[in-house]
Amino acid sequence: MEKLILRNGRVMDPASGLDAVRDVAIEHGRIAAIGPTIEAAGAAELDATGLIVAPGFIDMHVHLREPGFEHAETIESGSRAAAAGGFTSICSMPNTSPVNDNATVTSYIIERAERHAVVNVFPIGAITKESAGEQLAAIGLMKEAGIVAISDDGRPVMNARVMRRAMETARSFGLPVIDHCEDLHLSAGGDMNEGVQSVRLGLRGIPSASEDVMVARDILLAELTGARFHVAHISSRHSVAMLAFAKARGLAVSAEATPHHFAISDHEMPPYDSNYKMKPPLRSTCDVTAIIEGIVVGAIDAIATDHAPHAGSEKMQEFEQCPFGILGLETAIGITLERLVHTGKITLMRMVELFTTGPDRVLHLNRGRLAVGATADVTLFDTERVWTYDVNRSASKSRNSPFDGHTFRGGPVAAIVNGKIVWAADHVGLGVPTVSQ
Amino acid sequence: MPGGLLGIEPLDRVEIEGILDRAKRFQPRQTAGGRSDQLRGRMIVNLFFEASTRTRTSFEIAAKRLGADAISITASASSVSKGESLVDTLNTLGAMHPDAIVMRHAASGAPHFLARYLPTPIINAGDGTHEHPTQALLDARTILDRRPTLEGLRVAIIGDIAHSRVARSNMYLLSKFGAQIVLCGPASLLPPELAQLAPNISLTHKMEDAIRDADVIMMLRVQLERQHEAAFSANEYFQFYGLRPEHMSRARPDAIVMHPGPINRGREISSEVADSQRSVILNQVENGIAVRMAVLERILGN
Repeated sequence: MEKLILRNGRVMDPASGLDAVRDVAIEHGRIAAIGPTIEAAGAAELDATGLIVAPGFIDMHVHLREPGFEHAETIESGSRAAAAGGFTSICSMPNTSPVNDNATVTSYIIERAERHAVVNVFPIGAITKESAGEQLAAIGLMKEAGIVAISDDGRPVMNARVMRRAMETARSFGLPVIDHCEDLHLSAGGDMNEGVQSVRLGLRGIPSASEDVMVARDILLAELTGARFHVAHISSRHSVAMLAFAKARGLAVSAEATPHHFAISDHEMPPYDSNYKMKPPLRSTCDVTAIIEGIVVGAIDAIATDHAPHAGSEKMQEFEQCPFGILGLETAIGITLERLVHTGKITLMRMVELFTTGPDRVLHLNRGRLAVGATADVTLFDTERVWTYDVNRSASKSRNSPFDGHTFRGGPVAAIVNGKIVWAADHVGLGVPTVSQ
Repeated sequence: MPGGLLGIEPLDRVEIEGILDRAKRFQPRQTAGGRSDQLRGRMIVNLFFEASTRTRTSFEIAAKRLGADAISITASASSVSKGESLVDTLNTLGAMHPDAIVMRHAASGAPHFLARYLPTPIINAGDGTHEHPTQALLDARTILDRRPTLEGLRVAIIGDIAHSRVARSNMYLLSKFGAQIVLCGPASLLPPELAQLAPNISLTHKMEDAIRDADVIMMLRVQLERQHEAAFSANEYFQFYGLRPEHMSRARPDAIVMHPGPINRGREISSEVADSQRSVILNQVENGIAVRMAVLERILGN
């Protein structure tokens, strides 16, 4: 399909501010034209009437599990789940086996993605060797191999001196440092947010201070080193306040929030349901409110899913034995519409920004814009269709979602990557666009 | 309670009163030995993932006095770590169709997790640091053997509250019946959120305040493995939170001393108090059987 016209959709591009019903012409994998009525004989056509046509959505925080944990997810299955969630680009966290701490692993991921992934996969490299928090990984060589950021997600660097060196190095290579902010001594043994619910259920608590002290440390180190520091899955109200403070001082700091952290509080967790167990944990209602407010005022820059597949057997255990993490790719748009847009907290344009230019300003992927000449990554979604998430039909290899059976209003409709439709919702049948005569 | 007994928190007063009244009729002094045949042919599996001689024995005797067959399995931690998951263990047992499973597990919520997948009624015999419902029932029975009502009683619960399933179940039960509960322990073992778990709960770090005018003093066992979190040495702990004869003058003259056992003499309670007339510790053990008979009857009886 060399030429494709997206006909009559509401085109929303935060980079240019465009918000109008337009046709979008795609040719040879690039945006060829955006206009009121585009004539193109012989082009395939896709009727986007009533749909939002947005730059391809970016999820900057995904666990693809390959190499090493292919029983839970592969680059292929994860990328298909991404496309089914309306994402065209995803960043893969380095906590694979082996850890992505050197250029060989980076190249392996990129090669596997080129062959098997249906969306763009941008690897994130480890900060330290084996994410052990001691010696720095081969950051420069990984950058040459294609990483877009560094992070020891899930095993945060506890030694402030090591983090300082990592930030200095990352800065020199133009890479952002993404930190899973958690003081492992404070959170040790914890299974859920520390509060009334953890005390009630007799589960060990993870205090939000374990996030806050690391956000504070990293902000100070970012100022010291001049590095770009990005807070992964921010969950605590104090962290949001500190981030806003750091931004006001002009520091190069940013943050992402996950849909579950702005949609669910620890009080809404069914007792001992491992599909609600993740790090950071679901926090108090005050924290949920603060995350939403942070998104509204711009303290938070992006929505990322922290898609963390775990095989069923790993989640079918005593709560305290279960691993942390839940699926996220396929429900992100639905949750964001439900909690932020339909409630009037943010505009649709702001939502698109949180999934496109927001992450791209952190990562510089050269994605996230709908402009003539840009790579034709496009996300189509609607805001009204009622649908129910069935995790057993997920493209992911895992089934650990708290949103199974949840009914949404609005959701992803199609994903176009490099000009090619890689996924379309069953109900629209966009898989076979009509060709005009 | 057709579905089993997972905790005190979800029960209402009528259900609790029903068990306590029935337990009274199973007390040895009310009936000769308390034996009956009413659960003849029923099969109860006691599945203990954590060592517990007294609770397991108590459930076994309760089952046998009702004429049921009771099998006890002590699954050591090592056999679980050999690879059979909790779900598989329970599925295997479930396939043998017992009429009820009595379960003790080190993980909070383990019986709740299994109850979602297994049709067999599950009786929680203690889950991690969450609940120990039959302990609270036998404690209430023991208090009510000496007092006409729980309403308005001042009950001090002293020790490692944070990690105590006995404390949680007792808090829920006593609160439902209008008792005033004072929780007392070292700061790191007494999270302030405890006060929000039920009405009529207050917290103090001072033993003298907890015991003042108390009708009931419940001492909790010091768990040695948690000692580091208390930031107290054994001696220091006994100095600040050990119950000694000199404390008793602050309590009501007819105050009783309780302990879920096994007691650590000289650690959380002095021998003088444990062996004094005030102590009802052995009555608790006795009532354990009566209350568990009442629970089994309630769940398995026709």
